[in-house]
Amino acid sequence: MEKYIFFGLSGLAIFAAIMVLVSRKPIHSLLYLILCFFAIAGHYLMLNAQFLAVVHIIVYAGAIMVLFLFTLMLLNLNINAELTKSRIAQIVAVTSGGLLLLTLVAVLRGFGTEAQLQSTSQIGIARNIGQVLFSQYMFPFEAASLLFLTAMVGAVMMVKSEKEK
Amino acid sequence: MRRAQIFLSFLILTKKKNMNEVVNSLKLMPINYYIAFCSILFVIGVIGVLIKRNAIVIFMSIELMLNSINLLLAAFSVYHNNPAGQILVIFIMVVAAAEVAAGLAILVATFRNTHSIDVNLLNQLKG
Amino acid sequence: MKTFVALVPFLPLISFLIIGLSFKRLPKIITSLLACGTVLVSFILSIVLFFFIKEGHAPIKVNLFDWLPVYNSTIGFSFVVDQLSSLMLLVVTGVGFLIHVYSVSYMHDDEGYNRFFAYMNLFVFSMLVLVLGSNYLMMFIGWEGVGLCSYLLIGFWFKNQDYNNAAKKAFVMNRIGDLGFLLGMFAIYIVFKTFDFDEIFGRAAGIKIGTPIITLITLLLFVGAIGKSAQIPLFTWLPDAMAGPTPVSALIHAATMVTAGVYMVARSHALYIIAPLTLNIIAIVGIATALLAATIAMYQNDIKKVLAYSTISQLGYMFVGLGMGAFTGAMFHLTTHAFFKALLFLAAGSVIHALGGEQDIRKMGGLKKALPVTWIVFLMGTIAISGIPPFSGFFSKDEILLYAFEKNKVIWALGVLGSMMTAFYMFRLFYLTFSGSFRGTSEQQHHLHESPKIMTIPLIILAILSVVGGLINIPAIFGGTSSLQSFLAPIFTVAHKEVVKEVISHATELILMLVAVIGAIAAIAFAWYKFVKTHVVPEPDEVKRPVLSNLLYRKYYIDEIYQTIIEKPVLCMSSLFHKLDVLIIDRMVNGFGTVTVWMGCKARLMQTGNLGFYLVAMVVSIIAFLVFGLMI
Repeated sequence: MEKYIFFGLSGLAIFAAIMVLVSRKPIHSLLYLILCFFAIAGHYLMLNAQFLAVVHIIVYAGAIMVLFLFTLMLLNLNINAELTKSRIAQIVAVTSGGLLLLTLVAVLRGFGTEAQLQSTSQIGIARNIGQVLFSQYMFPFEAASLLFLTAMVGAVMMVKSEKEK
Repeated sequence: MRRAQIFLSFLILTKKKNMNEVVNSLKLMPINYYIAFCSILFVIGVIGVLIKRNAIVIFMSIELMLNSINLLLAAFSVYHNNPAGQILVIFIMVVAAAEVAAGLAILVATFRNTHSIDVNLLNQLKG
Repeated sequence: MKTFVALVPFLPLISFLIIGLSFKRLPKIITSLLACGTVLVSFILSIVLFFFIKEGHAPIKVNLFDWLPVYNSTIGFSFVVDQLSSLMLLVVTGVGFLIHVYSVSYMHDDEGYNRFFAYMNLFVFSMLVLVLGSNYLMMFIGWEGVGLCSYLLIGFWFKNQDYNNAAKKAFVMNRIGDLGFLLGMFAIYIVFKTFDFDEIFGRAAGIKIGTPIITLITLLLFVGAIGKSAQIPLFTWLPDAMAGPTPVSALIHAATMVTAGVYMVARSHALYIIAPLTLNIIAIVGIATALLAATIAMYQNDIKKVLAYSTISQLGYMFVGLGMGAFTGAMFHLTTHAFFKALLFLAAGSVIHALGGEQDIRKMGGLKKALPVTWIVFLMGTIAISGIPPFSGFFSKDEILLYAFEKNKVIWALGVLGSMMTAFYMFRLFYLTFSGSFRGTSEQQHHLHESPKIMTIPLIILAILSVVGGLINIPAIFGGTSSLQSFLAPIFTVAHKEVVKEVISHATELILMLVAVIGAIAAIAFAWYKFVKTHVVPEPDEVKRPVLSNLLYRKYYIDEIYQTIIEKPVLCMSSLFHKLDVLIIDRMVNGFGTVTVWMGCKARLMQTGNLGFYLVAMVVSIIAFLVFGLMI
């Protein structure tokens, strides 16, 4: 049964990703991306990474995509994305992408064909994650907060208009 | 999709199990499937970065790439029963969020100059 | 005693350093006192050493320091004072001192005064190292040093390009000779494994006469002597070297440097004795040079050039002496020649000084009244060089001719002919300069004056030495004791053993002397007749001469021949190499830079500024890394 769920979610995610590329308007790409994120959240749940699934939805679909949406709407960028690159560039892009896929598959072939485990791993539930995060990985946690501070300051500085001094 | 969920919830109700047990009865897929799936998503992201001229869509493709990696990391973490993978996923999400903020700020600043989000117009470093 | 030996060369060296390093800041008084004083002190020390050696002590060896470690022995920086080198010491320091005093006044108005004395002292130092050296390497140091100093001093008035060319010519010809000397030294080391004189000459006694390797060594050393002492074919630098100031000509080209070759052969006589072929070659080269130079000198019109050719001729005589086995005779002639040739050059300098720089004898004449002292000393020198008894030149030349008569009558005859020509051209010079009436400009006539005392006193001293110098070696037939011969006997014992001595009876000797003297007097009479009685004056340059006299006047066109045979091919080759260098090598070297710039131009095109292109490049590179990572 898990196979069906897996392939279903994967097919959904890939379909959404291709639609991101193929859409004409950027707003459509954005919405398809959100769909993709939900499919990936489903994958997380299949792995019993409950905390990650929820955080994934909140952060990505809830915050980052909203940010994109704001930028699109406020700057009125929802123009018809007729801009395409030259034919050569498209061919090169797809070719290099295909090569990359081949390489990745070739590299990671034959990795770990051990027996299928029961999905009884408890490391994904919030309590265990919390215990590990706040004991072993305390310093990166605090550093991450500093990173956010820097990013905020940077973003504000970047868009500050130079005329207003 | 909706029908499957209705069917599933009906099954659950009839079998009188809770969510946890449902989830716990699921077996894991072999890791190869996850690797293949994530690679495909990653490559789609790469193609998107190379093909598109709209800066916003390029950013979104980058987010797609990051997500594929997140999923793969979480899968490996479960397979090796090591929580470090999932912790790293959290931090990647942190970094991705910060990066999006900064990237969009740059985009807005560039938009002020060129009044367009076409990346082909950013060629002043030529030569 | 050993410190005296070390002091003798190093005092002039110290004075050179002091004068040389203080540029022009020393006042002239200090310079002249320092320069002349150090040479004087060296001279006094040489006298002390001379008497020390004369008493019969063993030669003094001084090893200053061990210089070059070679295999399991060392070549030392060492001096030796024996009879031969003490004689040379006296000549070098004595004549050198007189010339220094003379040039205090002669160079007084020159702006390079300090530089002149610095170079002169350096020259004296080099010459002393040459004669004092106790191994071939030390001799070579002095050899090179005097070559260098002759270059510096000939080109003293460096603002004139012709003088610089003359200096270069002298140096280059010396260098050619030095190559032979070096090769000879290498051959000596290969055969004897040492450079030390005593060891070499000790071992040489046991070698068979006529060994080819020894003949080669002696020939090569003689090539060095050819260059230094201006024999055929390397003599053309000496007449051109008259471009230097007259005291330089006196010191270097009359008294000391050109005699280095003679000294070297005399010192190596032990090697030359066992190579009779080389001795024959030396004699032939010597007599050829003597005659050639004498014939050229008969037609020259510049005072100093006549004296230069005369020097070459007399050096030829010295080599004849060496070739005939008359080592003592050659050293004797060296000593007397130093006296009268230095005297003649300094007197010529006095004449030039009086005439304000005029050197052409066709514009002189009648200077007897105006320059009495110069006149008398010049006369003394001329008589000495012509070989009239009892002046010194007679005794020395006669001893050489005696040995020549014993060995080879042809060379003797040619030698007598040469001495007749010597007498002729010297008296021609004398008469044209001093007799008759003055042929120069009236302005010069007004300025005619005798030279100051500082210049005339050395002249007088040298004149006295020229007159009485013969006393040091009066042969037995005149009742003398041949003191020089007995003095140098311990050096030349080996030589004197080989030479068959005294097969000539006293009667024959007297007849030979008479022949030579009568020949000389006849030549003098002819010169008197031509230049005093009939007042013949040589033609100016523009007049066309008959073929033979033109040939002689133009010095047999030897310079021109050298230019065509040697200079032109070398210049061709050098321009060829220059083209090679510019076209090929420079292009190659510049090509590196050009290629780099070109590559940079091509690489610049990668920076399109296009973001998409950069992204593609990045992806492609990552793929490449992965692929190559897999392959390896």
